[in-house]
Amino acid sequence: MRRVQLKDHIAESRLFTNRAIFSGFFILVLVLLVVARLVFLQVSSHEHFTTLSNDNRVKLLPIAPTRGLIYDRNGIILAENLPAYRLEITPEQVKDMEKLLLQLGTLIKIREHNLKQFKKQLKHKHKFDNIPLRFRLNDTEVAKVAAILHRLPGVQIVASLDRHYPLGKTFSHVIGYISRKDIKDLKNLDATNYIATNHIGKSGIERYYETELHGTVGYQQVEVNAQGRILRTLQKTPPTAGNDIHLSIDAPMQAIAEQALGEFNGSIVALDPRNGQILTMVSNPGFDPNLFINGIGYKDYKRLRESKSRPLYNRALQGRYPPGSTIKPFIGLAGLKYGITNEHYELFCPGYFIIPFGEERKFRDWKKTGHGTVDLDKSITESCDVYFYDLALNLSIDRIQPFLASFGFGQKTGVDMPIDNSGLLPSREWKRRKKKQPWFPGETLNTAIGQGFLLITPLQLATGTAILANRGKRIRPHLVLGKDRQVATPTEDPLLAKVQERHWNYIFKAMQHVIETPHGTARRIATKKYSIAGKTGTAQVFGIKQDEKYDATKIAFKLHDHALFIAFAPVKNPRIAIAVIAENGGGGGSVAAPMAARLLKHYMARNPK
Amino acid sequence: MKYISPLESPHHNTPLLQQWLQQMHMDFPLLAGLMILAITSLFVLYSASGQDIAEIQKQGLRMGFGFFIMLFLAQLTPQMLQRWTPVLFVIGLILLGLVLVVGVQVKGAQRWLDLYFFRFQPSELLKLVTPMALAWFLADNALPPRPLKLMSSLLLLSLPVVLVAAEPDLGTSLLIASAGFFVLFLAGLRWRFMLGASFLLAAFAWPIWQYVLRDYQKARVLTFLNPENDALGAGYHIIQSKIAIGSGGVYGKGWLNGTQSQLDFLPERHTDFIFSVYSEEFGLIGAILLILLYLFLIFRGLYIASQAQDSFSRLLGGSISLTFFVYVFVNIGMVSGLLPVVGVPLPLISYGGTSIVTLLAGFGMLMSIHTHRKMLST
Repeated sequence: MRRVQLKDHIAESRLFTNRAIFSGFFILVLVLLVVARLVFLQVSSHEHFTTLSNDNRVKLLPIAPTRGLIYDRNGIILAENLPAYRLEITPEQVKDMEKLLLQLGTLIKIREHNLKQFKKQLKHKHKFDNIPLRFRLNDTEVAKVAAILHRLPGVQIVASLDRHYPLGKTFSHVIGYISRKDIKDLKNLDATNYIATNHIGKSGIERYYETELHGTVGYQQVEVNAQGRILRTLQKTPPTAGNDIHLSIDAPMQAIAEQALGEFNGSIVALDPRNGQILTMVSNPGFDPNLFINGIGYKDYKRLRESKSRPLYNRALQGRYPPGSTIKPFIGLAGLKYGITNEHYELFCPGYFIIPFGEERKFRDWKKTGHGTVDLDKSITESCDVYFYDLALNLSIDRIQPFLASFGFGQKTGVDMPIDNSGLLPSREWKRRKKKQPWFPGETLNTAIGQGFLLITPLQLATGTAILANRGKRIRPHLVLGKDRQVATPTEDPLLAKVQERHWNYIFKAMQHVIETPHGTARRIATKKYSIAGKTGTAQVFGIKQDEKYDATKIAFKLHDHALFIAFAPVKNPRIAIAVIAENGGGGGSVAAPMAARLLKHYMARNPK
Repeated sequence: MKYISPLESPHHNTPLLQQWLQQMHMDFPLLAGLMILAITSLFVLYSASGQDIAEIQKQGLRMGFGFFIMLFLAQLTPQMLQRWTPVLFVIGLILLGLVLVVGVQVKGAQRWLDLYFFRFQPSELLKLVTPMALAWFLADNALPPRPLKLMSSLLLLSLPVVLVAAEPDLGTSLLIASAGFFVLFLAGLRWRFMLGASFLLAAFAWPIWQYVLRDYQKARVLTFLNPENDALGAGYHIIQSKIAIGSGGVYGKGWLNGTQSQLDFLPERHTDFIFSVYSEEFGLIGAILLILLYLFLIFRGLYIASQAQDSFSRLLGGSISLTFFVYVFVNIGMVSGLLPVVGVPLPLISYGGTSIVTLLAGFGMLMSIHTHRKMLST
């Protein structure tokens, strides 16, 4: 080996120094680049990243408000919030989960599906999350677990409030119920306000006054770490509880009405004609609204849905019934008002009526032998159909329809409920539009005795009765007290204002005779304590052929006539108006009137003025 | 006997401390800088570990061991280091070979040798031994190296680079390659050669990356650079890291008050992403001070190298200093989103023993080069 080149130490050192200086500059350039980047992040974008950092660590936890309570007019509670206890486990604090579950199993009843649900959540949730094992512990179970809670690390008993309806079935159709909110509800809700709320009013008052009862959501601002564990509360805005609601319903009377209907399907509505407050509104049968709160079981729901008596159907508001003879006082009043008849006009009732110059069709009276010579008073007292056939023919549907409309028939009542059926008040124009047919005079006759197309809801019938009792002053039926003074003030109806005072008196007298005379159809409910004006009705459920006779013993129960009764009392300055419909009850006088009497007795005793 | 304070001593023009340091072969500026870094590291780690004093004690012990290695290497003369270089290099290569055969597999890569009492990563050793070997090889002849010499050095360099890449650990392999390249560069590698090489690299790499490789292959290459973090995971890391640095602002949130790190949003926060913790809590001012400290160490290293009296010391010292800068730059560039995520710790600050020992060993050699200089000249 030979050295080709001698090392030049000075030159090599200079070469190295040059390279080192070059590297130094290069390093400075790169460092400036890094510093520029840091300035960009920490100065220019500082605000942006601060926001992101806070988004990371600060979470808003909504707190659900407490739902308002519902009372009756006497302060009896109808919907309340009861404490419910559930058992929760924090997995990270438990050393031996299997052992703990076995131990808990000896204290409280843990079903298979509780365990299944628990183990499913155990897999998916964080170790520090509380996982519920059992809901709705009873007092004994709470006591048993609470006694040794200090020896069960990770186990908690958590209290929450559950809605409860102490009077259950009796108020099921009025109060309705709340249930778990679903996707459909979410569309119509203020999503922010309902973010922590699990339940929402699904029917009745609970639904109509949802906003009022619900309250305003509260918030808790908490600091969380990357796993979502809550470390501390930064700020808290407590929720505002929902407002309590006082109903105009009288709970004892409601219970009496329910009892009075007994086994009959049907409805009783009573209201105060002076202000439209609904005192009683029963639809029979009811159901247990408590079943719905935390999700009704399949079996229970199937039973309710498939029951022939349709307990979920609110007859008071949705049921469309022919009013039968209960419409007669209204038609009679129209006859007087338009001068078609007067206090003295009489006619002979042979038990049937034939339209003069019309078809050879017999319009039958319910009393085959006829009522003999009758005037308007007697026609109402004994409920003669023939008199009203004659009257209707001369009145014509064009006057009957607007006159009945003034009493609220065929219109929504304006009640503060989610359902408000307008029934059906037929007119010439309606027939042409819906049936594409002209109006036939025979249909006017049917309308005048409350059959044919005419359909009313029990609430409409009670409202009409109250307007009658008010001598034409209209009221708007409502369930909640103190909502609106405007609602509670009766208003003049332009048409009914023209009815003469003596005509009102005449009809009232006739209605009083229904109860107080020996031939009156509701004579059995007569009382000396107060005066009652009433009218019975028996509505045909199915048509009887020309020469057949209705025989209740021969036909199936569900085809029996509906029994109806309307009444107000006392006749002078009425304080209550009632409508009763007992489906397939048979006779209005024998079945429906005594039901109303029980309510009247209670109400008049409690409200002497 | 009366105690004499250093200031009152008769030798006060050569302070006692400096005398003592010279005897210990310590370079005061380097030592002071490293100490400040080490103390800073313990404070940041205390915050990043969620105030776990046990972790701090462990890391303190590792640092102590690192400083001991530094002290030991500083006692050896550069000539001794040079003499032992070929032996160390061959041992290193053998160990790398062994890793491939009997190494312990961690996360799909075989990088560790299980020595029963502790695990050892031969690639760390090569980070130091490779530039030593190149410096040794080149220092023999006149500089700048002639083409044949250059080719041989490249071949020499390729041995550890390829072996480490085969583990696979492309990140470390590239770091070793750059350490070797710095030796060549400081030895006076021709500019035209470097230009040509980089032109060739660019000419091939870009079209291959753009047109030949498919997306999943690119992703695989990126993941290959750092197997611990898949692309999605790395994305999350970078987002949280940028939030941490950015939300720190100019003055920082204060020590122990960084929400990104204290509340676990920042992953790998006591290892690769410790700079984010530091910047969140100490802000831009703290970050610039830290970078200045690093610059001080690097320039001191380059100065020491330029003052060295033989080629081996110059090339080794220069390469150690430049490699140190690469670590700093790559780490900060990575956590601030300038560079892709590759697993490089922040020198002397990140948690972990291996990198601290390697780095302090490098500084030990620098100190050896500097403190043995005068003796050589006499």
